[in-house]
Amino acid sequence: MNRAIIVNLARFILLVFIQVFLLKNITLYNLSSPYLYILFILLLPFETPNLVLFALSFLMGLTIDAFYDTPGLHATACVLLAFVRILFISITVQKEGFDNEPEPTLSIMGFRWFFTYALILTLFHHFFLFNLEVFRFSEIRYTLVRVVLSTIFTVFLMLISGLLFFRSKERK
Amino acid sequence: MRNLLIFISKYNAFFLFIIFEVSALIIYIKYNSFQKATFINSTNQVTGNLYARADHLKSYLVLSEVNDSLAIENARLRNQLKTSFYVDSAAKHRVNDTIYKQQYEYVVAKVINNSVNRRSNYITINLGSNAHIEKGMGVICDAGIVGKIINVSQHFAVVQSVLHKDTRFSAMLADHKDIGSFIWGSNIDAHKGLLIDVSNSAQPKLGEKVVSSEHSLFPAGLLYGKVSNLRAKEGGSSLNMEVTLSVDFSKLQYVYVVINKLAQEQLGLEAQEKKDE
Repeated sequence: MNRAIIVNLARFILLVFIQVFLLKNITLYNLSSPYLYILFILLLPFETPNLVLFALSFLMGLTIDAFYDTPGLHATACVLLAFVRILFISITVQKEGFDNEPEPTLSIMGFRWFFTYALILTLFHHFFLFNLEVFRFSEIRYTLVRVVLSTIFTVFLMLISGLLFFRSKERK
Repeated sequence: MRNLLIFISKYNAFFLFIIFEVSALIIYIKYNSFQKATFINSTNQVTGNLYARADHLKSYLVLSEVNDSLAIENARLRNQLKTSFYVDSAAKHRVNDTIYKQQYEYVVAKVINNSVNRRSNYITINLGSNAHIEKGMGVICDAGIVGKIINVSQHFAVVQSVLHKDTRFSAMLADHKDIGSFIWGSNIDAHKGLLIDVSNSAQPKLGEKVVSSEHSLFPAGLLYGKVSNLRAKEGGSSLNMEVTLSVDFSKLQYVYVVINKLAQEQLGLEAQEKKDE
């Protein structure tokens, strides 16, 4: 338990740093901009209480907002992401499996599950984030293109980082 | 109550989601003025659209009233236009004429009435006694001499243009300083004047400038025009010549009134002399 807190705290700080100081400057053709920091919310342990999950998502969003000068924008998207995460996990993962599989990482859950998980959650997050940022339906086409391309970029980075920290021995 | 608590704890994720989402949105809308403005707008988009359509139809029924009110509005605005106001402030330009120890003051005035095709032509300007314009003052423009003030009211003054049968100004040939009188004479050409009574010893040339002399109410050296014909009017004991005027009187827009600060002194002195005789 203690180990989980330390790992997640380190992950939190690391992802915020990567997001703010590296990925914030990356935008491909004004269309695709990665938001890798949501990986923190995706990788929180299964048995995280809902209250803690929402609070951490909210905190993560606000932290990013503080750096992006958009108070509430990322927090809103992150809280939605947390909710989608709860729904997705409750549908796809059996409750009794929680003890064996503490974290929904790539190495534990396998590529197929993790890919679907990351893709759907990132899509939700990005769709909500971009639309909330633009806040008008007249640019919905452009916004959707941005959502899709940014999702591809973000999921790509998630998979890379998952493979980077791949620990085969944890796979049962 | 217990059932309610069970219900809430069963679906705690949803309620927590609502709480956090609403608080995040409140932060977002409160601190982002763009979304704040659009939020208010988008809530009114449907109703606003309907209202706009209804109003569009309704507007046809009141067109005549709208026209009347617009006409009144136009008249009111026209009254506020700059052109409908009398310009009360006079812009002054001071010229310190050190050679002749006289101080001339120039006051800009706008020509508001003008004629060129009569035997006696007058120009009305938009400055009067309020701007210290007095009878007898000279009027010039950038191209040359225009005339002299013959009548002054509070806000206006009438200028006897050079194109007047009684015009008679002291003038001289610019190069040789031979003095004569500048008249318009019996001419009715708005571009021609006459320089008469020049002494026979003068040797005027074609194209020589005719300027105001030191004896006139103008500062010396102001242009009347150029000599264009040396034998305009034969006879008499002196030389007469035709002068092409430098000022295009039909296009006068702005003129300067020359205020001679020492004119009063000079006139007083001359009047005393006359009295002594």
